[in-house]
Amino acid sequence: MSDIAVKDMQVPQVSGTAKAPDALDQRLAALDLPKGAFAAARTDALARLRAMGLPGPRDEYWRYTDPRPFNAPEPAAIARIEGPDSPLFASRDKLTLVFVDGVFDPTASDDPTLDGIEITTLANPSGAEWAEGLFGTLEAAGQTPVRRPFAALNTAAARDGLLIRVTGKPAKPVHVLHRRAFDKADAIWHHLIRLEEGAELTLLETGSVGARSNAVIEADLAPGAKLHHIAAKRANDAKVGVSHLFARVAAGAVLKSFALAVNGTAMRQESFIDLIGDDAVAHVAAAVLGDGEEGPFHHDDTVFITHGALRGESRQVFKKVLKNGATGVFQGKILVKPGAQKTDGYQISQALLLDEASQFLAKPELEIYADDVKCSHGSTTGAIDEDALFYLRSRGVPRDRAIVFLVLSFLADALEEVEDEGLRDEINERLDAWLTGRGRA
Amino acid sequence: MLKINNLHVKLEDEDKQILKGLTLEVPAGQVHAIMGPNGSGKSTLSYVLSGRDGYEVTEGEATLDGKSLLDMEPEERAAAGLFLAFQYPVEIPGVGNMTFLRTAVNAQRKARGEAELSSGEFLKAVRAKAAELQISPEMLKRPVNVGFSGGEKKRNEILQMAMLEPRMCIMDETDSGLDVDAMRLVADGVNALRDAGRSFLVITHYQRLLNHIQPDVVHIMADGCIVRSGGPELALEVEQNGYGDLLAEAG
Repeated sequence: MSDIAVKDMQVPQVSGTAKAPDALDQRLAALDLPKGAFAAARTDALARLRAMGLPGPRDEYWRYTDPRPFNAPEPAAIARIEGPDSPLFASRDKLTLVFVDGVFDPTASDDPTLDGIEITTLANPSGAEWAEGLFGTLEAAGQTPVRRPFAALNTAAARDGLLIRVTGKPAKPVHVLHRRAFDKADAIWHHLIRLEEGAELTLLETGSVGARSNAVIEADLAPGAKLHHIAAKRANDAKVGVSHLFARVAAGAVLKSFALAVNGTAMRQESFIDLIGDDAVAHVAAAVLGDGEEGPFHHDDTVFITHGALRGESRQVFKKVLKNGATGVFQGKILVKPGAQKTDGYQISQALLLDEASQFLAKPELEIYADDVKCSHGSTTGAIDEDALFYLRSRGVPRDRAIVFLVLSFLADALEEVEDEGLRDEINERLDAWLTGRGRA
Repeated sequence: MLKINNLHVKLEDEDKQILKGLTLEVPAGQVHAIMGPNGSGKSTLSYVLSGRDGYEVTEGEATLDGKSLLDMEPEERAAAGLFLAFQYPVEIPGVGNMTFLRTAVNAQRKARGEAELSSGEFLKAVRAKAAELQISPEMLKRPVNVGFSGGEKKRNEILQMAMLEPRMCIMDETDSGLDVDAMRLVADGVNALRDAGRSFLVITHYQRLLNHIQPDVVHIMADGCIVRSGGPELALEVEQNGYGDLLAEAG
């Protein structure tokens, strides 16, 4: 049980009513809430969480995804993956930082010294004064108009994470490599990234995380900054996880985030992006492969993009391939505030169902308060294109291999959002290997 | 080479008979053309031979080198040496032309128990053949048929044919949508592949293509059957007089 008193604190207004306080007490009791650095931000976050409670069965924002695996005080243990990691992006020169069950492991990591970037950690934030006053604020801002309790829980309880300040254009990407150690690990980590004016960073995330994970990235992009985020987690790894990306994008800055997900009993990935400056750009995309053969598969992408300035451009490209009873969810919203003229908002969510047992649930939303904008959204659910399948087979390509080609073809639009062609090719090859059973994650 | 005997085919989903006892033989090394009015069943014939879903063979048989085609999967027919050049080649975004073609070539070689081509061997062969068809290296790199013009798509079909080296090539209205220059390129590509061990079945509406690809035999198809066969002069007759007289005669 936490020893932090909340009754005297300023609690931000959040929508919805507090739910299941007992469940929250139990959830918090199982956590070892950190003390020390960022105490004020953590205390605020805990207050936010107490005010909103955990999501209940009638919570509209959790209509398609059962919150119980995330609400449970402890995760269910999961089997270990046999065999060594086969590293993705192996050919790329990068600065690798290893996290074991969500905790930074300096001995397994590269020396985090690189021109144009300062890297410290949440557990040892010495020298990261810049992070004071920023940590937790983007998450807090992201609690309106829809509450995101697991993000507040993360800010309150994250044991570790990276504090990254980018002042220039570092020569190589930063690579977060996740490893698992404990079969019941409840990994909670929180990265805070600040890109100063004109700074650029490529952030790669790979590997395998704990039995349950809760990840937050807060990314603050100053004018003209550029953040390219690519997460490609390990496959064949049944797990429960929730992640949140909170980004604030200033004038002329560019955020591109791509996630590859090939696993997950219950996964929810939320993105909350605020385009606050003119000509800001945000692209979020995901390619998801869901196979329910060896256990339930459920993957939820929930996106909320706010256009608050002139000529903003946003793209949401979400593709899910589902089979053997897998479930895919997409909730995507574009909010255009008054005055955000010349906004260009685009959203597409598509599912390729490889059998009748799988399902895709999509809720696209547009809310527009400016009169000179271009916004579109589309959502489709379909099966393999028989004409294309026949075309490939008529050339001698065996049926299974032809289906792999068509799955890759279906995912191509999402992979296009990976700007770096070399990285995109590596992801494509990895997908190909997974799909043809030649490799594992 | 290709023998079709009394072939009856209906649509799988509706009670509609398309082929009504079609008999045809294309010996090795020959080019046969099939002409016929719309709805006579020409495209159905090409799809049934290559194994597309949606058709039901109710009677008759079709063999390639003595092996029954109708029992095989489409990829097995391809490995056995059958090739269909599509009237409307399909676009496959996100799959590179070269990746696709190399997979197809090696899948067929593997199915026949032959050694697969290495990247180097494949590249060398595909570049040489692409150059003959005026297919640029840039086109080879693009996704299959995506952003290709009508002519480029048909040239790409011929490139696939040249790389796969089938023994029996069926061309389904390959001339449709082609301008004169593109038609010449396609015809040159086909003519370069003609030899004593390879046969062609060219389905077309127009005699024009047959000026470039000289057939040994021309068949007229109507209402699911071959109603008349003859030499190249038969195509000229159709071009001048239409199908009316021919069909009345056959009637």
